[in-house]
Amino acid sequence: MNLFNIINDIEKIDPEFNDKLNPRRSAIKNITSFGSKVAMAAMPFALGTMLKRAYAADTAKPSVVEVLNFALTLEYLESSLYNLSTGAGTVIPANLLPYFITIRDDENQHVSVLKTLITRLGGTPVTAPEFDFSGGNGTKTGPFQNIFTDYSVFLNVALAFEDTGVRGYKGQLPNLLGNQTMLSAVLAIHAVEARHASAVRQLLKLSPWINSTATLGNDTGITTIDANYKGEENVIQGTVDITKLKSLAGDTTSVTVATAAFDEPLSMDQINALLVGSFIVQH
Amino acid sequence: MKTESQESMLGANMARRSFLRYAGVGAASVGLLATAACHKDHNNPNPTTNGIDLGAKDDFAILNYAYALEQLEAAFYLQVVLTPYSGISASESALLTDIRDHEVLHREFFKAALGAKAIPALTPDFSSINFSSRTSVLAAAKAFEDTGVTAYDGAGYLIADANYLLIAGKIVSVEARHAALISNLITPGTFAGIDVVDPTNSLNKSATIADVLKIANTYLKTKVSAVNYGYVAS
Repeated sequence: MNLFNIINDIEKIDPEFNDKLNPRRSAIKNITSFGSKVAMAAMPFALGTMLKRAYAADTAKPSVVEVLNFALTLEYLESSLYNLSTGAGTVIPANLLPYFITIRDDENQHVSVLKTLITRLGGTPVTAPEFDFSGGNGTKTGPFQNIFTDYSVFLNVALAFEDTGVRGYKGQLPNLLGNQTMLSAVLAIHAVEARHASAVRQLLKLSPWINSTATLGNDTGITTIDANYKGEENVIQGTVDITKLKSLAGDTTSVTVATAAFDEPLSMDQINALLVGSFIVQH
Repeated sequence: MKTESQESMLGANMARRSFLRYAGVGAASVGLLATAACHKDHNNPNPTTNGIDLGAKDDFAILNYAYALEQLEAAFYLQVVLTPYSGISASESALLTDIRDHEVLHREFFKAALGAKAIPALTPDFSSINFSSRTSVLAAAKAFEDTGVTAYDGAGYLIADANYLLIAGKIVSVEARHAALISNLITPGTFAGIDVVDPTNSLNKSATIADVLKIANTYLKTKVSAVNYGYVAS
């Protein structure tokens, strides 16, 4: 592979390429002086990153406070669900109630942690929006209207919230790059959400991890939440097609394993599209 | 009979060799490969007296850190599946096989992504684990998974490249899913127990590179150091 030919070719098509790449130029020069096959062999990964940077959509990055307020909204949603469903006359079977008390307490503490962090940054924590856990945008007659009387409906919503919450947090990680306090806190919440997701999936007798097919991210069989899993079928990580990597089965890796081994992010907009106008009431 | 590719998949015959060791035979052949195989092309080739170092303080060091942990996890689950503990149920066997496949893929991914920058294959030392005992295996699995999560979470802020950070994020949530499953297999309902999730704020605990490598090295013959992150294996 000749990196410099590639760059020359791109320059022919896009005269501004040099400028776009500029911050990385010195890195490239270093590679030349470094000189050996070393750098070149590692290039597929690095080059993909460089090109992605140069051509990344020019959307404004949300501020740290915006990221944390987005997370706070997700936590309000989850904590409200579990606060409403773990009290008297609960829909949850008694022997499984401890699972949801653990999850509820975690979500409530996440709300306070996020509020504290936002305040510490000089921001103002958003207030909780109005929720409709039937998914009916305030009508209470959405697809999950029996959520507080039918345990299986409740579990399905909890499943969607937890798996989607993991994706939402993951999508914000790049926006907190290098911020030790905030990134570490968000990673720590992200891991707890993944623990919850695993547990809820176990209660549903689903695999604790998401085993997508090549065409369908959603492995839950609940078609009303297909959109929540869209993109989980991705098998390209960095620039590596991970189905082309060796496995115990031979020279390739199955799509099931490839998709289960890597969870996929969703952007703020994608998460909002899944929630606003259904679970988050929009007047 | 294993095919050649399966043989190489086991990563320097890790699983088979540690099985032989566990079974009490072939001990003499153990440990010939790894320490001698320090990679000449690593960005900062730092063979230490008894192992390898993660090298210069950059993203490749962090990716190699992850690669080291994934090698360890993969080797562990290869052994678990190869020599199932007594009384293993079909469902436990299927779950542990899934986890093995995920960890092997994580390992292969880092190896492929790092290319010539990758540290060499590490030789594990699972002599402290009784692979015929469910209790011993699940306790070790819990330690590996929980440590993996704390490692990724603790090192995330050290990553300079947003794409690498995102990939670490894609892997750590899968490790957390594993961790929750293993905890529930040991004691149902402990998927987010107070040993791993701080009960005062519900944040998953995290750990420094030094803390993690100290634990990891107790399961490694090839000791991993990170001198630029303040840790040298003893």
